[in-house]
Amino acid sequence: MSLTQEAPAAGNDVEEALKPFTVTVIIRRFDPETMEEPVWQDFDVQMFPTDRVLDALHQIKWEQDGTLAFRRSCAHGICGSDAMRINGRNRLACKTLIKDLDISQPIYVEAIKGLPLEKDLIVDMEPFFESFREVQPFLMASKPAEKGKERVQSVAERARFDDTTKCILCAACTSSCPVFWTDGQYFGPAAIVNAHRFIFDSRDDQAEVRLDILNDQEGVWRCRTTFNCTEACPRGIQVTKAIAEVKQAVLRGRA
Amino acid sequence: MTAIPAPRSGGGRGGRRTNWEKWGWIYMRASGVLLVVLIFGHLFVNLMVGEGISQINFGFVAGKLANPFWQWWDVAMLWLALIHGANGMRTLVNDYVSRPKVRTALKVALVGSTAALIALGTLVVFTFDPCLGADEFPDLVLSICNA
Repeated sequence: MSLTQEAPAAGNDVEEALKPFTVTVIIRRFDPETMEEPVWQDFDVQMFPTDRVLDALHQIKWEQDGTLAFRRSCAHGICGSDAMRINGRNRLACKTLIKDLDISQPIYVEAIKGLPLEKDLIVDMEPFFESFREVQPFLMASKPAEKGKERVQSVAERARFDDTTKCILCAACTSSCPVFWTDGQYFGPAAIVNAHRFIFDSRDDQAEVRLDILNDQEGVWRCRTTFNCTEACPRGIQVTKAIAEVKQAVLRGRA
Repeated sequence: MTAIPAPRSGGGRGGRRTNWEKWGWIYMRASGVLLVVLIFGHLFVNLMVGEGISQINFGFVAGKLANPFWQWWDVAMLWLALIHGANGMRTLVNDYVSRPKVRTALKVALVGSTAALIALGTLVVFTFDPCLGADEFPDLVLSICNA
């Protein structure tokens, strides 16, 4: 009996907790066809604490202003499309819960920095992917695998580069790097992380090639270890540590 | 093997050249470690040993610079610290100056001032003569010079 008595009370609590509240979102808007400079525009949205910043952007786009432009694909923190600067920090809009932000203040949302702004929250990612491609982020083995077999790798060998396999190429790290902001030629943390993933892969035989690419004025030596990248990474990759390991590998001349 | 051409074979971010960037990075770390020892040794000997700060005067410095050990100690500090500082300034220029002409001008100024300071400092350390001018101004110089 006691169960049936408690149940409605618990239900009331849940309803209390699920009341939406008003959140002000201030978005840096830019329309290249009509504007010279971006402007900040504010929107009020009804949000639950469990909602994400992406839900706020959806509500704005679907119910208030259909011209708002932003990228998102999977909306679950895997595709890496919706990296943006939320309250001055690079995060994925789909992984940032409203309750984790200070909602007594407005939430500021703008495009990531350092890459050419195209519209609203969309930047041109091409320079970012160009750097990524330059480190040759694919397996380069000198021998073909044994016929009908996979390339065998021990648990320890796999663990060596496990952290850097998590990268989703969202550009949150590269666009948080102050060196990248002032020097777009710098490879940037993401490219180095993806080079790291193959440099330390026991199945790959071309570590020297990648180390040579990164042993450049615009390569790993540009890194000033400010740790912005590590802080920004939505996947929790120890980016600065990975860059340091690549520096050590360049000094050794091998992985 | 891959059919992809070797990297850096033309195009991309400039061709293969002596990599000063790596050596600059190594220099900063190596000289940093040495400078910690040299500078704290220098401060300890000047400020903690003997009478402390009150002992420092023209005669104290002249005495140190007459000793080959302290000559080399000071010259090592001079070279390591000036090059370390200038290299740090160079990375700042690389990071924050985007206009090529300003960048070149600042780097030329850096190299020039560093070279001048190193040359003057080294010259003074090895040619310093506390008794210079002792004949004209016997009252102003150290007592040992009048002996």
